[in-house]
Amino acid sequence: MATATAARQYELVYIVPPETTEQQVTELHEQLDGIVSRMHGTIEKTENWGRKKLAYDIGHHKEGVYVLEVINGSGDVMKEVDRRLRVIDLVIRHMIVRIDEERKVVERTRSKRQSESERRRVKRGLPPQRQPGEGRGTDRDDLDDDRFEGMES
Amino acid sequence: MAFGQKRSGGRGKGDKKGGDKAQGQRRTLFRRRKVCKFCADKIDDINYKDVKLIGPFVPERGKILPRRISGTCAMHQRKLQTAIKRARQIALVPYVTD
Repeated sequence: MATATAARQYELVYIVPPETTEQQVTELHEQLDGIVSRMHGTIEKTENWGRKKLAYDIGHHKEGVYVLEVINGSGDVMKEVDRRLRVIDLVIRHMIVRIDEERKVVERTRSKRQSESERRRVKRGLPPQRQPGEGRGTDRDDLDDDRFEGMES
Repeated sequence: MAFGQKRSGGRGKGDKKGGDKAQGQRRTLFRRRKVCKFCADKIDDINYKDVKLIGPFVPERGKILPRRISGTCAMHQRKLQTAIKRARQIALVPYVTD
């Protein structure tokens, strides 16, 4: 189903070396922002995770600064962003993931479960929402049978 | 959905708790019933950024913990798999360690 290319959301994570200055990072961000907005996309959110240890060496780097950007835009935008990031030497690793579809699925399952539990509760003659202090406490340990662990919480 | 509730016939008996004596004797080796962590905790979103969540499923060696050991249900194992593979790409989780 390829209707419109507009309402897509992507997540971009990239890693820059730890010795990069704040300024360089913001510059890079502006550069990306420029590319994205030029191609009619928007950057919704930027998160800097800061310095993290890499799980394996990339080149000779053992640590890196992670930056996450959430971008709204079409696939073409991301293609361009991807191409640019490949060229920029400062970025030692990057990854783009599409997130809107997955998010939709997650929301659907969540709401489904919610309505399902409400339906069951109503059937049992209870108010649809869980009352505080109702049911089994979570602090109780059933070490010999964990089959229903957390099922009711 | 029935995920994580009951797999193979085994010793699934009773909604209450504890196995009956007879049940325990039939199967000499008592094995703790495995439950899908994600079903039990109602975690819908297995995200590659959440290293704390994924971590326990990537043991020492860096391999993905198989379902038969972790007890994860098929659906969540699939999601976990993609999450781990993504996390590997951005060096949050190792490919191999030795």
